Parts: sequence; structure tokens; C-alpha cells
Amino acid sequence: MAIKTEPFVINIGPQHPSTHGVFRMRTTLDGEVVVDMEPVFGYLHRGIEKLAEGRTYTQNIPFTDRLDYLASMSNNLAYVLAVEKLAGVPVPQRAEYLRVIMAELQRIASHLIGVGAFLNDCGAFMTPILYMIREREKILDLFEMVCGQRLTYNYMRVGGVSQDIPEEFLPALAKFVKVMPGFIDEYDQLLAENEIVLARAKGVGILPKELAINISASGPVLRASGVQWDIRKADPYSVYDRFEFDIPTGSVGDCYDRYRVRIQEMRQSVRIIKQAMEQLPSGEVLTEVPLRLRPPEGEAYGHIEAPKGELGFYLVSDNSETPYRFHIRASCLINLTALCDMMIGWKVADAIITFGSIDICMGEVDR
Amino acid sequence: MTVALSGKEIAAKLQQRFPGTIVESSESSLVVKSESLLDIASFLKTSPDLDFDYLTAITAVDYYAYFEVVYQLTSLKHNHSLVVKTHCYGRDTPVLPSVVSLWRGADFQEREIYDLMGIRFDGHPNMKRIFLWAGFKGHPLRKDFSNGD
Repeated sequence: MAIKTEPFVINIGPQHPSTHGVFRMRTTLDGEVVVDMEPVFGYLHRGIEKLAEGRTYTQNIPFTDRLDYLASMSNNLAYVLAVEKLAGVPVPQRAEYLRVIMAELQRIASHLIGVGAFLNDCGAFMTPILYMIREREKILDLFEMVCGQRLTYNYMRVGGVSQDIPEEFLPALAKFVKVMPGFIDEYDQLLAENEIVLARAKGVGILPKELAINISASGPVLRASGVQWDIRKADPYSVYDRFEFDIPTGSVGDCYDRYRVRIQEMRQSVRIIKQAMEQLPSGEVLTEVPLRLRPPEGEAYGHIEAPKGELGFYLVSDNSETPYRFHIRASCLINLTALCDMMIGWKVADAIITFGSIDICMGEVDR
Repeated sequence: MTVALSGKEIAAKLQQRFPGTIVESSESSLVVKSESLLDIASFLKTSPDLDFDYLTAITAVDYYAYFEVVYQLTSLKHNHSLVVKTHCYGRDTPVLPSVVSLWRGADFQEREIYDLMGIRFDGHPNMKRIFLWAGFKGHPLRKDFSNGD
């Protein structure tokens, strides 16, 4: 006699270690195979876009820290770029270079957590992530030197950065860029050809190139699917046009490609930081702007290649001291659009690593 | 450098093909009638010299008299961009056509606009709130929203 089976629904999250925050996947399973998945958001929705409409342009900088809180420097940069575009504020050269150094350090720090957490999901429990947290710690020390904070930096200002770097920063940074490539080699030695990583991640959770473009994926997710698109090259902001670096891409768009792209991007970031240190000019780091800045009427969209994808701010000014509209183009939310397509047909354990390989931060998804 | 295409030039091109659908145009953007949004978007996506295959972002702004919905389009192939806007009138049941059939990247963003600004998108496969719960009253990003404080 055949045993009657039927699909059943389970909730993965919102409180579950694999969801990297408060995210819920309403999953329909047939045995162990995912047949449908509906993402449920909003558990971390704080209404930042509305709150920002009641505060001045400068007061809004700390809000951006709290979007993707693993990449606060990048968020600061995207926001101040948008305000500078709106108000036409010039930025001193030294500040531009400092911004690039901070943004690239932040990219390494964010990728370390992204890759480490992904390997955690793969079952390489805690060993790789602890190696990676070891190096991230050094980056946090550097950030603490420049702004006194280790998580929410609030370092950048409209017109530059809040303060110049202290004396001990450049020697410490030189030491870091000297040792970091060796640590990346160490990860590669441990993981790149690791049989378990290959078996778990190769060919799993494929995002085809056409679909990646159609769902507006960005960052390592888009590049892993074989699209060579990086805003630092495609639409250079700050002083990125002065540095030499490559855009690593994947070929298949599976979990392994996304992991590899992040590892290779860290090498490129080290390369950029080295060049920025060599070219770092002396001089002012902040253009004086009124504390209650009133940009002329109009709108501006400023965007950057943040560690997790394209982060953009769409600002509308009515010539008052608060933004009329403050919209965040959140790469983390948009990158999840095809999650359902990538998961269906795979087992629960594969669905978990597929989600992990996208590398999201709920602070930015829910805002 | 991503070239921002002139709204005026594109508007002149569209005017020939879709007469009477352009409300206004400037160097930075163009405003189209909401009824013809889907036709124009489809043309912008499929026409080979424009080839807007990538929908960077959608957002909405409340100007009291109307809602302005802003579409930021990019072509990864030609590395150029265009800002297309449309105006949506009425505060009770504002409706726009959904562009999910062209760019699936619009899926969550249109739901977000519906949730926070209260504009419905016709033809969206799953038009419901995304961040707030189903029983929530009002749409917080509207300028006249009050939570009772």
C-alpha cells in the first residue's frame, strides 16, 4: 500500500541562526525538498526613511550607520555623496583618499563576515569565521583610531570626513596591508579546494546571468553570475578612477562562485588601499558647510558599490534644512528577489547555504 | 562613466512613436503619462540602441497634489542611464501599471511603495504589504500621515 504524503509548511526564522538576523522564510517542503518559499520581511523595520524627513542633512548621517551595520563606512559614503551632489559641495583631495581607504577596509571587513557566516552555514562550524574575525578585529582597531567607534562610525561628513587620521594610523595600516594577503592565502589554502566546501557549494543555488540582471541584483551576487559590472569602474565616484584594480567575476552563479568572488575582491581591496596610501596627499579634510545645510530645490541620486551591492540614496530637497524625501536603494532587499527561484528543488540544507551565500544584512533589508 | 541620457532627446524620440504620451521633459528626466508607462518602458527595454535591461531603483515622492514615481533605468551593455517619472493622481486609490513583467527587480520595490506610500500596482503578482503588518492603518511615507502623536 502506498503511503500518502503531502507537502507541509515550516517557518525558518525569524529567530533562527541561519537567517542572519530577523528574517522569515515560509517554506513549503515535500519531504526534505523545498517546493515553495515566501520571504517575510519587516521585523527590523524602523522607518528610517520617514525619520530622516524630520532631521537635518547632518543629523541623518548616524542613521545610515544603522542600515547595513556591518558596512557603516560605505553607508556614510553613499549618503554624503548624494548630499554633496544635491548641494554642490566640493571635497578636499585628502578626504577623498581617506574615504576610499575606509570604504575598502570596510569592504574587506564585510566580506570577512559574509564569507565566514556562509562557511558556518556550510557546516564548517566556527573555525573559518574565527580566523576571519581575527582579521576583522584589526580593521575595527583601525576604525577606532580614526573615529573612536568600532561598529557605527559616523566618520564621514558632507564635504569630507569628521577629522584627520591620527599619527599612528598609517603605520598600522601599512602593517595591515602587508599581512592581509598572507591571511587571504591562508583562507584559500584551507577552503578553496576543500572537499566539503566544493561538495556543498558547487552547482548549488544557481542564479543565471539573465535572471541576475532582470532582478536588479548587484554586487558580488551579480558578478558571480558572470556580469562584469562594478560601479567603481562603470560610474567612478570619489577618486576610484585613479586606481588600478580588477573586477573578479564568476562563471556559473552558484554559491561557490559567490564565495570565490568575495575572496578575490578582498585581494583587490588591499591593492586599492596600497595605491591610495602611496598617493595620499596632505591638506584639509573637510570643507566648511553650514550645520543647517539648505541644498537648492531639486533631487539627486548618489550611489556606490557597497560591499553587498549597489547602495544608493535618492534625495529630494525643497530648500529647507531637512530632506523632503530620503529614499534608500537597498541592495540587500533587491538581491533577495530571486531567492525563491534559487531555492526551489533543493534540500533544506542547500536552501540555507543559498541564502547565506547572498550575504544580506537585515538592517538594510528592513530599514 | 555612466552617461546620463538627456530626457529631452529621449522624449523627442518617444514622441514620434508614442505621440501625446510625454507630459514634460528636462535634461535630467522625463515624465510620461501613467496609462502609457508600460508601453514606453517596454520600448526602452527592448529597443537595441537604448537597451535598458537593468532597473536600478524605483521610488515614490508625495507632492500632495500627486505622487511622483521615479524609475531609474540603466543599460549594462551601453553603460548609460535614464530617469523616467510618472505622476499618479488621487489619494484614495492611486493605481499604476506594474513593471514586474519587464523587470522582476521591481517586485519588492513596488510592494514597498504600496506599503509605505499607498500606490497600488496593477498586474503585480503579489500586491501586499512588505514591511508593515496586514492590519496597519495608513501609509507612513505619505506627507499627511499621522500616527496619533
